Amino acid sequence: MTSKAMALLGWVDDRFPLTKLWKEHLSEYYAPKNFNFWYFFGSLALLVLVIQIVSGIFLTIHYKPDAELAFASVEYIMRDVPWGWFVRYMHSTGASAFFIVVYLHMYRGLIYGSYRKPRELIWIFGVFIYLALMAEAFFGYLLPWGQMSYWGAQVIVNLFAAIPFGIGEPLSEWIRGDYVISDATLNRFFAFHVIAVPLVLIMLVAAHIMALHEVGSNNPDGVEIKKNKGADGIPLDGIPFHPYYTVKDILGVVVFMIGFFAVMFFNPTMQVTDTLSLFIESPNFEPANPLKTPEHIAPVWYFTPFYAMLRAVPPMLGSQFPGVLVMGAAIVVLFFLPWLDKSPVKSFRYKGTYIRVALATFVISFILLGYFGVISATAERTMIAQCATVIYFGYFLYMPFYSRHEITATGWRAPLVALYSILTIGLIAYWWMNDEVSATLKLIVSVVTLVYTIYLLIIPAYVKADTVKQVPDRVTSK
Amino acid sequence: MKNKLIALLLLCTPAMSMAAGGGYPNESADINLENEQSLRRGAKLFVNYCLSCHSAAYMRYSRMGKDLGLTDEQVENNMMFVSNFDKLDSGEPKKIGDLMTVAMTKKDAKVFFGTEVPDLTVVARARGADWLYTYLTTFYVDESRPFGVNNAKFPSVGMPHVMWELEGMKKKVVTKEKDSNGHEVEHISFEKVTEGSMTDAEFKQAMNDLVNFLVYMGEPIKLERQRIGIYVMFFLILFFFLAYLLKKEYWKDIH
Repeated sequence: MTSKAMALLGWVDDRFPLTKLWKEHLSEYYAPKNFNFWYFFGSLALLVLVIQIVSGIFLTIHYKPDAELAFASVEYIMRDVPWGWFVRYMHSTGASAFFIVVYLHMYRGLIYGSYRKPRELIWIFGVFIYLALMAEAFFGYLLPWGQMSYWGAQVIVNLFAAIPFGIGEPLSEWIRGDYVISDATLNRFFAFHVIAVPLVLIMLVAAHIMALHEVGSNNPDGVEIKKNKGADGIPLDGIPFHPYYTVKDILGVVVFMIGFFAVMFFNPTMQVTDTLSLFIESPNFEPANPLKTPEHIAPVWYFTPFYAMLRAVPPMLGSQFPGVLVMGAAIVVLFFLPWLDKSPVKSFRYKGTYIRVALATFVISFILLGYFGVISATAERTMIAQCATVIYFGYFLYMPFYSRHEITATGWRAPLVALYSILTIGLIAYWWMNDEVSATLKLIVSVVTLVYTIYLLIIPAYVKADTVKQVPDRVTSK
Repeated sequence: MKNKLIALLLLCTPAMSMAAGGGYPNESADINLENEQSLRRGAKLFVNYCLSCHSAAYMRYSRMGKDLGLTDEQVENNMMFVSNFDKLDSGEPKKIGDLMTVAMTKKDAKVFFGTEVPDLTVVARARGADWLYTYLTTFYVDESRPFGVNNAKFPSVGMPHVMWELEGMKKKVVTKEKDSNGHEVEHISFEKVTEGSMTDAEFKQAMNDLVNFLVYMGEPIKLERQRIGIYVMFFLILFFFLAYLLKKEYWKDIH
């Protein structure tokens, strides 16, 4: 650096901690040297956030948040604005890419125990980011003002109307600003989408990263690298984030871009069959029509696991509220994860068999729920979705039992085990009262649920049947 | 047991045919956006038969001309009929850069057809090419309907058979057959009642051209987008190797 540039930097540093920030967060932030494939998704999520903000600003320049003009303004962007189609597809593909990246990022947290002490707050901020992202995506999906925008928003806002005690109806009206989804709704959703939620999102991302850099990154071995420091105070297994992980992340970014642009340039609606497109649904090319309900209303793919849970819960006392509760609980339960995991080790590399089975069945059930949420519901699919919902919650609620590895048949666990068991038996009994479904299917879902419950709840709660592996002192190279 | 397993697997396949209604199966249209001749023939049919009730209000005449290799004069002289009626606010006739709107108001359409007439700019993206092709080729005589015709793909549709002069008229023949599971299924076929100016093959080709044009109009940038995409892929693959070498260089002392 020339002496003039040094002088300028010195001038700035006397007034703003520029060099200090650079060192703390990049050149002297020591990250474990054994990051693998799964560790690309954090920085990729940040990249997609930037893509969404930049493309979003350009869209806002041309878009009109008015029920009479919105649909036409999107087509105006697609046709008349130079490179408008590029910006719009960046934004629509980016929305789905955001969820793909975030789901993989969360999965990384699950397998390597990144939510465990001392990283509970990182996880909690992360779940809030996920919630904000869902809100952001939901508000944004109304803006093109197509049929699916309209009716999807109608369905989701009506979820609030299901809240009992006279709260639901006025609440949903207050959200919409009208008795139905209308121009008033579009205008406020525009405000939420372009400023309110993005502000929250950016602040949460900052908090997420600040908390991470305070405690340091976890790694695939779940070893705390700060426990093994050299004479200079630098972790022996740590390497400076910059340049090592910046150059490595460039590689990840390029691979991500290849996938992202392959979709964007060659299949931007992510059409998978003649009538099913995942990223921009076909009915959304029809302008919103409050008088014409589409035959099949499905939310965008990233919401479908939760939507499938909502549909899986039958209305009780004429109210959809229980389904809404279950759907809400599916997110809320994520907040408790750091305290549900009682395993003596962090990473699933050193955990026993239970946790692998629990994780594998959890992933399968989540994907299955996502799939059932895309397609229309039948009695059979609903039953399978109910079974998958049990497994989704089982992953979290049975975790205190299957993640311990000693005999624990005392005290407060017995009543909890009894409660979960009664609920499970009640559900199986409910299935056998259903006449619309064949006995074979009833048998399959019942056996799956019973085996699951016995294997991951009852056996781990009372029998020592699993052991953890020895965690090494230092990170392993691969 | 095996059958039940298969049935279980089938449960997991989406019921796609349900979407867009009308049990009549889709026939597949042959879409080729590179075929400029087909697009021009489709555009001619579109402005002659569709663009008087239906609008294409997000599409400009000039854009269509440019993409289809037509000069502004050719478009103005041969394709801008509607503009004689649908004047600009100033009272002047439409210009080449204007949107393909129509003179008929939504209110009038409701009186004439009992429903609003949808805009067709992006109809191919909403319905799909095969649906449109099937719809356009399955109008049949039905005296119970206001215009004396019905449609197999879109039952009780409000639209008359606009292209009857070209196709002629046909009637629906329903035969009942048993499928492999012994369920009775209705099979629909058609029988010509009056001849049109085109043969059946010519008409099908014409409707294919029209659908081809509608697909083009749904996303005029599509071919250009794919062309650019190929360059982007090449660039990124090249970039990948450079990024890989850079990473390898930096990481050589990390063990």
